[in-house]
Amino acid sequence: MSENSLAIRKFSDLANPTRFLALADRLLPWLAGLTALFFVVGLWLSITTEGDYQQGETVRIMYVHVPAAWLSMMCYSVMALAALGTLVWRHPLADVSSRAAAPIGACFTFLALVTGSLWGKPMWGTWWVWDARLTSVFVLFLMYLGLMALNRAIDDPARSSKVSAILVLVGFVNIPIIKFSVEWWNTLHQPASVMRLDGPTIDPEFLWPLIVMAIAFTLLFFTLHVAAMRNEILRRRVTALRRLAARAAGRGARTQ
Amino acid sequence: MMSHAAYVFTSYGIAALTVLGLVAWVVLDGRARRRELAELEASGIRRRSAAKAPGETP
Repeated sequence: MSENSLAIRKFSDLANPTRFLALADRLLPWLAGLTALFFVVGLWLSITTEGDYQQGETVRIMYVHVPAAWLSMMCYSVMALAALGTLVWRHPLADVSSRAAAPIGACFTFLALVTGSLWGKPMWGTWWVWDARLTSVFVLFLMYLGLMALNRAIDDPARSSKVSAILVLVGFVNIPIIKFSVEWWNTLHQPASVMRLDGPTIDPEFLWPLIVMAIAFTLLFFTLHVAAMRNEILRRRVTALRRLAARAAGRGARTQ
Repeated sequence: MMSHAAYVFTSYGIAALTVLGLVAWVVLDGRARRRELAELEASGIRRRSAAKAPGETP
């Protein structure tokens, strides 16, 4: 088999950006289609299922809020894995993955905060409280913004990747804090009702739309992440080619 | 005081805007980068691995 083949046979083949681009082009239409399908079904279920006897119609906010909150944490976990890939294995795509995920994670965290606030006002009687869960998620949002700023501040990815990876790993401390904040501290936010050792405690009427929307949001994340990684690889190619062109132009000027 | 439905509509509206914004950013960013690459290639600047046309390779 020739070495120039773009087929991905081993996991390590993904490390080749050209191979990754070929795979991304093939995967993205399917991922996007599947995402759209799950969103159609999920939104249909979200709209047609019954309201809660206590929360009324506002329970529908949960079908957006809970998946967005899950994704905000999963996205950061993906970035932490990528940071390990940068520092331990020096995987060429790890920094690309981490950098591409940050704006997506920031958007999901923003959604979790805003929809939570819009649910809190009618149900708790307040838009916001500085309790453990809400504050730790707000800190997560700030960390995403900080990482995006850092990535933009240092132009050369070769230099920014290590700093950014260390910062991501340090910030990962916040993820278990978010997850267990509702158990460790006395918060206004209710404890977990789906991901429990003793099984979900919510009614199937609400569980189904929640699960379908969670799958839809997860697929959306991976679609956007793969596409953003592809964009980041292309961006780096453009930078490298421009540098090459500048160097060639410099040589041309000297010989004349 | 808004009705409960208003909170639900606002939530879904903001969610839709955020998601569409993300999708638009990813699509437009990808198009812009591809355009830049095409312009560079048109001016004769290529990556080393793509410097030779496919027919020229031994």
